Amino acid sequence: MEIKAIMLLVPALIMFCCGVYGFITRRNMIAILISLELMLNAVDINFAVFNRYLWPDAMEGMFFTLFAIAIAAAETALAIAIIINLYRSAKNIDVRDLNKLKY
Amino acid sequence: MESVGSIILYTIVALAMVVFSVLAVTTRKILRAATYLLFTLFAAACVYFMLDYEFLGAVQIAVYAGGIVVLFVFSILLTTHPGRNSEPLASKSRVLGAVASVAMLLVAGYALVSRCALFVAKPALETPTMQQIGESMMSTSEGGYLLPFEAISVLLLACIIGGVVIARKR
Repeated sequence: MEIKAIMLLVPALIMFCCGVYGFITRRNMIAILISLELMLNAVDINFAVFNRYLWPDAMEGMFFTLFAIAIAAAETALAIAIIINLYRSAKNIDVRDLNKLKY
Repeated sequence: MESVGSIILYTIVALAMVVFSVLAVTTRKILRAATYLLFTLFAAACVYFMLDYEFLGAVQIAVYAGGIVVLFVFSILLTTHPGRNSEPLASKSRVLGAVASVAMLLVAGYALVSRCALFVAKPALETPTMQQIGESMMSTSEGGYLLPFEAISVLLLACIIGGVVIARKR
């Protein structure tokens, strides 16, 4: 038996769907961010797998994953700064209760 | 033909990826969700090592598992009471989320399975060396990544300044 591309893509797809589920159902802002990280990671795995299996001589997928990891780190740091600032002013990070700007 | 060890490794990694990502979005303790996310990230790093992208796996462990998860744990401990369960979900949003994710799973899964190009075995490749990676990251010719590299550095600088400005006490 050999490890085929689809055998790595299907777990990544399940991971992405878990991220979608968490993104819709979660209420806590940090939990939403965790779901977002799951989705980003699934996409990164897809880039690397397609690069390695279909175009093994190129390195585009690997570099795209590298840059995506860097951007994800920057995005998470900023989002957590925003969440902590929000917590300081509203004492709550539940998305249902943060509706001051809604109407 | 792969060795038995790599098949076993693949099974463990795939199972860990699926189980821990399901647990990370269904557990009601937020600190546990961060821990399960850490395990999922380690499984992703294992996938990169299995694909012979050793530098990528090292970056994944250093940046994601070392940096981002620590950031998550800090912010969780700053903003919520540890050990407290989150409230049970309203069944409406749970149904909505389940429908969205299962529909996505079916559509994308069908699209994946219907492509025979994805059933090929792994072609031979010597691992890209650090020298190759560094040279193509610094080169401006075809296949060079100097411009995105510089753009990322400016983005990280902007992110540092933005983080300081947002989180500063007024």
